[in-house]
Amino acid sequence: MWDYTDKVLELFYDPKNQGVIEATGEPGVKVATGEVGSIACGDALRLHLKVEVATDKILDARFQTFGCTSAIASSSALTEMVKGLTLDEALKVSNKDIANYLGGLPEAKMHCSVMGQEALEAAIYNYRGIPLVAHDDDDEGVLICSCFGITDTKIRRVVKENNLTTAEQVTNYVKAGGGCGSCLTKIDDIIKDVEQEVATVSKNSNNGTKTTEILNSGQIATATRPLTNVQKIALIQKVLDEEVRPVLIADGGDVELYDIEGNTVKVILKGACDSCPSSTATLKIAIESRLRDRISKEIVVEAV
Amino acid sequence: MSVIYLDNNATTKVDPQVIEAMMPYLTEYYANPSSMHTFGGQLAKAVKTAREQVAALLGADESEIVFTSCGTEGDNAAIRAALLAQPEKRHIITTQVEHPAVLNVCKQLETQGYSVTYLSVNSQGQLDLDELEASLTGNTALVSIMYANNETGTIFPIEQIGLRVKERGALFHVDAVQAVGKIPLNMKTSTVDMLTMSGHKIHAPKGIGALYVRRGVRFRPLLIGGHQERGRRAGTENVPGIVGLGKAAELELLHLEEATARERRLRDRLEQTLLAKIPDCEVNGDPKNRLPNTTNIGFKYIEGEAILLLLNKHGICASSGSACTSGSLEPSHVLRAMGLPYTTLHGSIRFSLCRYTTDAEIDRVIEVMPEIVERLRALSPFKNDDAGWLQSQSLVNSH
Repeated sequence: MWDYTDKVLELFYDPKNQGVIEATGEPGVKVATGEVGSIACGDALRLHLKVEVATDKILDARFQTFGCTSAIASSSALTEMVKGLTLDEALKVSNKDIANYLGGLPEAKMHCSVMGQEALEAAIYNYRGIPLVAHDDDDEGVLICSCFGITDTKIRRVVKENNLTTAEQVTNYVKAGGGCGSCLTKIDDIIKDVEQEVATVSKNSNNGTKTTEILNSGQIATATRPLTNVQKIALIQKVLDEEVRPVLIADGGDVELYDIEGNTVKVILKGACDSCPSSTATLKIAIESRLRDRISKEIVVEAV
Repeated sequence: MSVIYLDNNATTKVDPQVIEAMMPYLTEYYANPSSMHTFGGQLAKAVKTAREQVAALLGADESEIVFTSCGTEGDNAAIRAALLAQPEKRHIITTQVEHPAVLNVCKQLETQGYSVTYLSVNSQGQLDLDELEASLTGNTALVSIMYANNETGTIFPIEQIGLRVKERGALFHVDAVQAVGKIPLNMKTSTVDMLTMSGHKIHAPKGIGALYVRRGVRFRPLLIGGHQERGRRAGTENVPGIVGLGKAAELELLHLEEATARERRLRDRLEQTLLAKIPDCEVNGDPKNRLPNTTNIGFKYIEGEAILLLLNKHGICASSGSACTSGSLEPSHVLRAMGLPYTTLHGSIRFSLCRYTTDAEIDRVIEVMPEIVERLRALSPFKNDDAGWLQSQSLVNSH
């Protein structure tokens, strides 16, 4: 007997939101469906979403599941979690979120939560008219597990998203390797590759202040270097243009970068912002905090 | 809530008379049966009595019984012994539907230079004797075939197989763990060279079993050490377990005819009523040559573990061949070898009865099972597949 949490058993014995959502032609509302799994694999989920077109909000969600206790509970949990979210918010729901909602799943059953996340993604992309194969290159990689039809791309994605470190975990999450087992060595290689990739990215992205050099020997060396003035100016200009100015322009104002002295950023407030009684708040909240968040905590913004 | 135990092919309840017989050997009679003193001699006598009781159940001579720790040990010992005794032969024949205690040994032997033929089965789980005949060569050291399948109950024609095996001079081992106590056996008139049985399938405790080794068959032990079991299985005897196995064997022999008739009647009533009450389900296995206590039913469009958990809520214990209950991601190798369609494969449930099973218990299963199936089918996207999702998929198990 698997060691299921009370929440898993509760949603298995008394599943919420089971069934179909029929398209009724109700104005302003559309129904989206996502299907994953197959009867051959032993589990399958068809997810139905009722979406308010104007707001992209999920008004209702229902499921039909062929599968075990945790597949049914994961499906039911998913429908509870996404009701009321916008489609963009729903796309952020991960398989880990589903498992957490259930108070955890036995590791060997994690693939049920992955199935839920994939059905959600399939439904939303169906709704948006994006062919699944076009956005999801899971099916486009090299076939690794022929028993369950799993590609290296999908294994890479799940390894990254769930920080998996062993082939056994990969099997638990996506079934790859759970048939004849002949691909387990290849899965080990993929995990090593992903670990190396993640380590490299981590070194590269340390507040933007580190750079990585590949030496001739193939070894990776990391050196800490401060941003040059040119880099700092370019970054500040980019944040202002992409994140600050659109907000101010929408309110009839604007901002222009005047100069930079050390960590002091001098700006010219324009339009409505120039005469606004809340211009100090604009400086500190809309501009300074954003630049501190994106570039350096030392930055001080002044109006000239 | 009382437990309705219909998982007797997995293990059985220890008979109270078996416990009673064992108790003195767990308390006051604790000596080593190999010791020279009178105290030890009393235990040696108890072991001898148990050996006679087991031999009687198998229709064998007591000298042909080797006590083991379980069915797996018996299977392993028989296979290894047969190969060690015939080092010049490098070929083994078995079936695709054996218990892992045989299959996995064979797979390991393949890595050690042996070739293994895994005989296929048809949709009822039956062997093709022509395929067996064609596989036998002068290089075949051993044919190891189960008497009855643990999942479907399908009984193989062991004596017909044995005649063919003997013609080609190979040794014949039979894993009879599921058959002992359910089928009358007589090793004196049999073609079988070695036969495995396990105590916990016949109301003895876990951790005790026996291997029948026909007199004259060359046997090389798996466990090497002392001289116990005539040098065929070293290690101080598990006297309480052996005494329990002996008593269980005596009781099985006593009840064999009446118990199997009763189990068959209850099994048939369960099976026929469920088939009549529940649409889209079918019995897996050979309808004629089948253990009297076993039924394996495939409920289409739903999954076995979910069925088991709902049965469990009613206190009913059964088994499934679904992947989710096996610790593997693949469903039962037995049902797959039979080529069952995927619509049935994952939703198979095995009910296995014993002499303690009552009419009231069968009534209870008949009462709750239709509701369970209906409930899960209401959740299933495949039951009323208006959108044709199921039709778009390959429905035949091609493993």
